Amino acid sequence: MANRILIVDDEPNIVISLEYLLKKEGFEVKVATDGEAALSQAADFRPDLVLLDVMMPKKSGFEVCESLRADATLADLKIIMLTAKGRETEVTKGLALGANAYITKPFSTKDLVARIKTLLA
Amino acid sequence: MLQGWVIVLASFLYLGVLFAIAWYADHRSDHGRSLIASPLVYALSLGVYCTTWTFYGSVGRAAANGIGFLPIYLGPTLLFALGGFILYRMIRIAKANRITSIADFVASRYGKSQLLGGLVTVIAVVGVIPYIALQLKAVSNSFTILGNYPEIVMPAAVGAVPLFQDSALYVAMILAAFTILFGTRHLDATERHEGMVAAIAVESVVKLVAFLAVGAFVVWGMHDGVGDIFARAAAVPEVATRLDRADAPAAYGSWGTLIFLSLFASLLLPRQFQIAVVENVDATHLNRAVWLFPLYLFLINLFVLPVALAGLMHFPPGTVDADTFVLTLPMAHQQETLALFVFIGGLSAATGMVIVETIALSTMVCNDLVMPLLLRMPWLGLAAKADLSGLLLEIRRWAIAIILGLGYLYFRVAGEAYALVSIGLISFAAVAQFAPVVLGGIFWKGGTRDGAVAGLAAGFVLWAYTLLLPSFAKSGWLPEGFIAHGLFGIELLRPQQLFGLGGLDEITHCLVWSLLANLGGYIGISLLRVPNAREARQATLFVGGADVAGHSMWGGSAGVGDLLPLAARFLGRERAEEAFQRHARSRGLRAIDELPADARLVNFAENQLAGAIGSASARVMVASVVKEEPLGIDEVMNILDEASQVRAYSRELEEKSQELTRATAELRDANERLRELDRMKDDFISTVTHELRTPLTSIRAFSEMLHEDPKTDLEQRTKFLGIIVSETVRLSRLINQILDLAKLESGRAEWTVTAIDVDEVIHEAADSLTALFAEKRVTLDLSGLDKGLTVMADRDRLMQVMVNLLSNALKFVPADSGMVRVGAEGTASEVRVSVGDNGPGIHADDHEVIFDKFRQGSGGTDVLTDKPQGTGLGLPISRQIIEYFNGRLWVESAPGAGARFLFTLPRQAGDNDKKTGGGT
Repeated sequence: MANRILIVDDEPNIVISLEYLLKKEGFEVKVATDGEAALSQAADFRPDLVLLDVMMPKKSGFEVCESLRADATLADLKIIMLTAKGRETEVTKGLALGANAYITKPFSTKDLVARIKTLLA
Repeated sequence: MLQGWVIVLASFLYLGVLFAIAWYADHRSDHGRSLIASPLVYALSLGVYCTTWTFYGSVGRAAANGIGFLPIYLGPTLLFALGGFILYRMIRIAKANRITSIADFVASRYGKSQLLGGLVTVIAVVGVIPYIALQLKAVSNSFTILGNYPEIVMPAAVGAVPLFQDSALYVAMILAAFTILFGTRHLDATERHEGMVAAIAVESVVKLVAFLAVGAFVVWGMHDGVGDIFARAAAVPEVATRLDRADAPAAYGSWGTLIFLSLFASLLLPRQFQIAVVENVDATHLNRAVWLFPLYLFLINLFVLPVALAGLMHFPPGTVDADTFVLTLPMAHQQETLALFVFIGGLSAATGMVIVETIALSTMVCNDLVMPLLLRMPWLGLAAKADLSGLLLEIRRWAIAIILGLGYLYFRVAGEAYALVSIGLISFAAVAQFAPVVLGGIFWKGGTRDGAVAGLAAGFVLWAYTLLLPSFAKSGWLPEGFIAHGLFGIELLRPQQLFGLGGLDEITHCLVWSLLANLGGYIGISLLRVPNAREARQATLFVGGADVAGHSMWGGSAGVGDLLPLAARFLGRERAEEAFQRHARSRGLRAIDELPADARLVNFAENQLAGAIGSASARVMVASVVKEEPLGIDEVMNILDEASQVRAYSRELEEKSQELTRATAELRDANERLRELDRMKDDFISTVTHELRTPLTSIRAFSEMLHEDPKTDLEQRTKFLGIIVSETVRLSRLINQILDLAKLESGRAEWTVTAIDVDEVIHEAADSLTALFAEKRVTLDLSGLDKGLTVMADRDRLMQVMVNLLSNALKFVPADSGMVRVGAEGTASEVRVSVGDNGPGIHADDHEVIFDKFRQGSGGTDVLTDKPQGTGLGLPISRQIIEYFNGRLWVESAPGAGARFLFTLPRQAGDNDKKTGGGT
C-alpha cells in the first residue's frame, strides 16, 4: 500500500508541482491550502507524512506542526517543513516543534523525494 | 621737688604696682578664679586703644584743627556700636581655632598658610614701628619737660642729643625689659595672658583719671567752667579760628578717611586684635563692651577741646608745643602733684600700648616668622629636640627687644618731622591693609591664599611707597627730590601724587591707592581659581561661623606616644600631660594611655600646639608625627562637603552627570532606533527573500521535472512552461519594484514633470488592464471622471499609481460579479481620484499597515503574503509617488463593504519646489 502524503501550501503553483512530483513517485497525495484545512485533512486522511509550508493564512506552519505533535493518535506522522524563510532561528524553531526535517525553498526535487523516502523507510 | 630721681622713682613704683597686679591676676587665674572675667575689665582693657597719641596728641591736634581730633574716636565708636557682630564672629572663630594673633587668624583662614602668616607679621611689624616710636617720643618728651620744672622748656630736636644721653633710648630699654618680664615669664599653653589684661585695665583707669583731673583743673581751677573757656576763646581771634576750622569743606574728606582708618585700626592693630579677640574671656562680654568702650572714649575726649583752647590762650604762640599742653598747663600753675600724675598717666598710656603691642608682635614674629623658618632648617635639628618651650620664650624675648629697638630707630630717624598724631596715622594706614583679607575672610568663601598674598603685598608696597618712604624723606634720610619729582624723576610716580592723583591729604591719598591695589589683588587673584580643599574647609569654619574645629583634615592617625611628647616639647611636660589628662577625662577615659589613636586626638593635639606656636606651625609639627594615610573616598567627600565653593563644584559635577545621563539616554534611544531599523531591515530582507524564493521554488521544481522527464506529455509540458513563464514575470516585477522603491526612498528617482490631464492618464491605465479585467469578467466603471482636470506631475509615475490601484482592486474583487469604479473630481485647490471595489474590504486596523512595507502582522494578517496578492510593494511605492507631489493616498474601507482607495494632488502643483529640484 502506497504511503500517504499531505501537501500543505498556499502557493498554487508550488502545490501543482509537488502534487505532480509525488504522484509520479507513487504516493497517495492530498492537498490543503491553509493551516486549518491541514489539521482536518490530517485527521481524515491520516497521512504518513506532511509537507508543511510555514507562511500560510489563518494558521502558520509552526502552529500546525505543534497541534499535529500534540495529537497522540498521530505519533508516527513524519513532518517535513518547507519554507522560503531560511533563517537559522526558524530552522531551529521548526525542529524544536517536532518537525523531522526542515527544507528551504527553492529545493531540489530529487533531494526532496530522497528525504521523503528515507523518512518513510 | 620734681627732680629727675623723683620722676624715675615714681615711674618704677608705678610699673612695680602694675607688675604686682599682673602677677596677682595670673595667680588667681591659675587657681581658676579669674580676675578679668567681667565685661567692665574687658571694656577697660580695650582702652589700650588710647595711647599717648590720645593722652597728649589729641590736645595737640585740637589746638591745630579744632575738633579734627575726633574722627579717630568716632571710628571705634561706630565699630563697637554698629559692628559688634563682626567682633563677635571673630571672637568665636578665634576661640574655636585657638588663634594666637592676627597673623595667625589670616594664615589660618587661608588654609593655614605659613607664607601668609609671615607676610602679615612683616607688615604688622613694619607698620606698627612708627606707632611705637610715637610712644617713645611722648614719654621721653614728657620726662624731659617735667624734669625741667619749674621752667617750661621744650625738648631739643631728636638728632641734637647724643645717643646715650637720649632719654628715649632708656625709655625704650626699660619698656623692653618690663614687657619681657610681663609677657614672657612662661609659655602658656593658652594664648591668653590674664595678668597682662588686668594690668592694662588698671592702666586704662589711671590714664583716664589723670586726663579727667587735668581737664577738671583747667576748666574749674583755671577758669569758671567750660562756658567761660569758650567765651574767652571766641574773643581771641587766632584762637577762635580753631573753632571754625573743622567746618572747612576740605576737612570733610579727611574726616571720612580718619573715621575709616580708626574703625579698622581699633580692630586690626595687633594689640587691639590681641585684647579684643585673643584675650577675650567670654564672647558675651561684648554685649556690654559695645557701649562701655565708646563711653570710655567719650570720657577721655571730654576735656580735649577746653584744654587745647586754654593752652593756646595761656602760652604765647610758638613757645610751647601743643602736644604738651596736658603736662605744661599744670606745670605753669605750679601744680607739681598733678603734673606728676599726668606724667604717670602718659606713662601708663605708653606702657599699655607698648606692652600689648610688642607681646602681640613678638608672638607673631615667633610663631609665624621665626619658628616656621627654623623648622625648615633641618641642620638645626629642632625637629628632634625634646623641649622647645625655652627656645620659644627666647625668640619672643629677642623679638620684643628688637621691635622696641626698631621703634627707637624710627624715632631717631623720623620722629622730629611729624606730630604725634601723624606718626600714628602712618601705622593706622598700614594695618588698614589687613581689612580686606580679614573681613573678606569671614564673609566671603571665595578668597584664596594666593589672593590674600597678592592683596596684602600690593597694599603694603603702595603704603610703603606713598607714606613710609616720604616720612623718611621728610626727615632727610632720603633725598627730598624723590617726593617732589617722583622716582627716577618720573612725575607720575611722585609718591604723594601717584599717577597724578592730587588734591588729597597724604593719608587719604595712600589709602586710595593701597586699598585699591589691595582689594584688586585680593579679589582678582582669588577669582582666578576655586579654593582648594584646605582653603575651602577653613573658609567654611570662618565664614560659616562654625565654632567647632572638630572636623579633621587629618586622614591618618597618631597615638598618644607620638603626640604627647610633641606637645610637651612646646608646652612643657607638665602642662602637656595636664591637657591630655583633661582631654582623656572629657572623653570618659581614666588615663592618658587609654586615648585611642584617632583623628580626634590628633586634632586636639594640633589645637593645643596652635595655642602655643600658631596654627600654621602646629600643622607642620603635627604632620611630622601623623602617619597620613591616603584619604579614602568617603573622607575626601566629607571634606569636600564642607565648603560651598566645593558645593558649587559638586553642583557642576551634578550638572555634568545629568548631562551624561541625558546623553546616555539619547544614545540609548538612538541605539534603540538603530536596533529597530536593523530589525526592520532584517524583516524586510527576510520578507523580500521569501517573496523571491516563492516564485523561484515553482520555477525550479517545474524546470527540474521537465528536465528529468523529457517524456512528459504535451499538455502537462505546456501548462508547466506557462507557470514557469508567469513566475518569471512575477519575479522580474518584484525585483523591479524593490529597486524602484529603493530609488524613491533614497531620493535618486528621476522625475519628468509636466502638466497632465488626469482623465487621459486614467483612461490609458484602464486600457492597459482591459484584458485582465475581461479575463476575470470584472466591470470597470469610468463614468465618474470629470473632464479637464490637470495636475503637474510625472506622467509615467502617475500611470504607475493608477495601474497599481486598478490591478489591486482587480485582484481582490470576485470573478464575474466584480466591480471597480473610478472617479475623479476637482476642487479649487486639488484633484481627487478614487478607485472603489466590491472586494472583501480591509479591517480598520490594517488601513495604514497596507501602506507599510516593513510592518507585517503575524500569521493571517501578513499583508505581503496575503494571497492572491502581488509583491505587496505596490501601495508603498504609490504612496511615495503621490506624496512626492504633495498629495495624499489613503484607503476607506470596512470588512465586507469593499475598499475605496483615494488620492489627491494639488491642482497646479505650482508651489511644489521639488519639481525643479528633482530635475526633468
